[in-house]
Amino acid sequence: MNRIKQLFNNKAGKKMLSIYFTAGYPRIDSTIELAKTLETAGVDFLEIGFPYSDPVADGPVIQHSSEEALKNGMSLDLLFQQLKELRQHVQIPVLLMGYVNPMLQYGVERFCKSCAEVGVDGVIVPDLPMYEYEELYQDVFRKYNISNIFLITPQTSEARIRKIDELSTGFIYMVSSFATTGKNLTVSEQTTAYFERIKALNLHNPLVVGFGIADQASFDHALTYADAAIVGSAFVRLLDQEDYLEQIPSFVERIKGSVAV
Amino acid sequence: MSNYQVNEKGYYGDFGGAYIPEMMFPNIEELRLRYMEIINEDSFKKEFEQLLRDYVGRPSPLYLAKRFSEKYGANIFLKREDLNHTGAHKVNNTIGQILLAKRLGKKRIIAETGAGQHGVATATVCALMGIKCVVYMGEIDIQRQAPNVARMKMMGAEVRPASSGSKTLKDATNEAMRDWINNPVDTHYIIGSVVGPHPYPDMVARFQSVISAETRKQLLEKTGRETPDYAIACVGGGSNAIGMFYHFLDDEAVQLIAAEAAGKGVDSGHSAATSVLGQEGVLHGSRTILMQTTDGQVIEPYSISAGLDYPGIGPQHAFLHKIGRAKYVSITDDEAMQAGLLLTRMEGIIPAVESAHALAQLEKMSFKPSDNVVVCLSGRGDKDLDNYMKYFNF
Ligand SMILES: Cc1ncc(COP(=O)(O)O)c(C=O)c1O
Repeated sequence: MNRIKQLFNNKAGKKMLSIYFTAGYPRIDSTIELAKTLETAGVDFLEIGFPYSDPVADGPVIQHSSEEALKNGMSLDLLFQQLKELRQHVQIPVLLMGYVNPMLQYGVERFCKSCAEVGVDGVIVPDLPMYEYEELYQDVFRKYNISNIFLITPQTSEARIRKIDELSTGFIYMVSSFATTGKNLTVSEQTTAYFERIKALNLHNPLVVGFGIADQASFDHALTYADAAIVGSAFVRLLDQEDYLEQIPSFVERIKGSVAV
Repeated sequence: MSNYQVNEKGYYGDFGGAYIPEMMFPNIEELRLRYMEIINEDSFKKEFEQLLRDYVGRPSPLYLAKRFSEKYGANIFLKREDLNHTGAHKVNNTIGQILLAKRLGKKRIIAETGAGQHGVATATVCALMGIKCVVYMGEIDIQRQAPNVARMKMMGAEVRPASSGSKTLKDATNEAMRDWINNPVDTHYIIGSVVGPHPYPDMVARFQSVISAETRKQLLEKTGRETPDYAIACVGGGSNAIGMFYHFLDDEAVQLIAAEAAGKGVDSGHSAATSVLGQEGVLHGSRTILMQTTDGQVIEPYSISAGLDYPGIGPQHAFLHKIGRAKYVSITDDEAMQAGLLLTRMEGIIPAVESAHALAQLEKMSFKPSDNVVVCLSGRGDKDLDNYMKYFNF
């Protein structure tokens, strides 16, 4: 069974945290080290971004990390090289997140095969449309047992959510509000109503909230309705600091609270 | 339905589609479901035609350039988009889209711009309709195109610098898309060329198709034939070229020629000749041809003309290129600047540097005396005077 499914089966009911970071940032070789440290700190699954020159769904923090990662020389080829030792060090589920063009140039089948070889469990590609996925790529993803994660937003219609639920094989990524990444989520009647509405749909797939989760308040709010939440920009911002590795345990604890694991 | 037009899935052969994050889906879906119905409404058509006539000054003349014709040994016609209000073809599209935005109930307009021509055309229609307007423009382009920045501001638009990435047109486009993601309800994004996710390429092509619709009529009057032997236009994203080709696509005898900017030369590393240097991939929401590294990172193009300085071409162009219906040629900075000066000295018309790329192609062809050749003079050169002065040391 795919590690993502296993995680949600075993941990049903617990508060789960995922962390996003961009491969190749802050250093070209920080990927494995970050993954290890995050697992040790109690993070439940990881999203590793593969950088793209034109990340339209991202705010300034992740844009900056992508730009720097590219300057450092990160590429999909290099990332898969680095990830060859991933499973010697890291047991939690790992997803890759990025944009469709680098994946197309790498070759979608080759991409899925490389994911399977290094032990990546799923991918999140916000600009890969559902129609193209279903028509062109679903069979390849299935062949290699790679979960493709779709996004939903406060404006996604119920019919579309149901369709996404059918096509999904890991979890559904609930974008917290109308925004690019890095805008802190403010708890409002609107977000509450949105989270409640989605929860009431009783979807087959677990729900994971992302975009704007930056602290314990937004994490707890999301977890009232969802199975897990993802912190991206707030973590990538931490990586600016010299001693970011030492700060990771307290960062994770601040978000999860002391009830971790 | 023509074989060269978009299919019901939003594709031209392998190209097109809507590669957008879910956050943009509701807006794109609303457009996709409603654009045809709206632009076919009688009231829309009436308002569009009236504004093109009384406000833009259409039909734009089809001018038989006498001295150019003698020089090149054929009948050289110039389609005078440079005489449009705001000085380029861009306004045909912004008039269409602002009328559409109003019918969709939108209260705020965003746009991207490179040279500033599309930004000016957008700021203009927003002033005309009393709608709030935000134009994203690369920090570098804001410096290169100061007069157009001033025009936009005077028209009441807010010009926001795009300071990410390479700080030019592609980054302005990224910023406009991010704005739309953050403002999904009352905002319409007026894209300036036949690029972006479906239905934009088709919608913009329809608004620009007035260029070839008029040309057919004008040719019939002037030559007794509705079609030319050659139609030539420059390509940035490709909107004036699609406008020029649109009603000739099914007339297979008409040779369609699209001039891309080779910059300092196709192999110089400073070029925007997408059809030569690009590979298939996804840029700004559609599958097309774009300049990119083997890792799929977008390469920053170069051209002396800010309006051709774009790393992709619209999906319909990618299709016409792949199947060979239109021929894509490369024109260097030097060839374009010389052609611009030549038109100025021989016909008394200062063309936009973009349009000068189309004119430069005439030098490379040999014609029969009976040939009728239409060149789309997409814009006037007022915005480029600095550029010309520096280049020629006037
Ligand atoms: C005068 C003129 N011609 C051509 C272009 C290129 O755009 P397109 O290829 O969409 O016609 C521009 C863009 O700014 C322009 O200002």
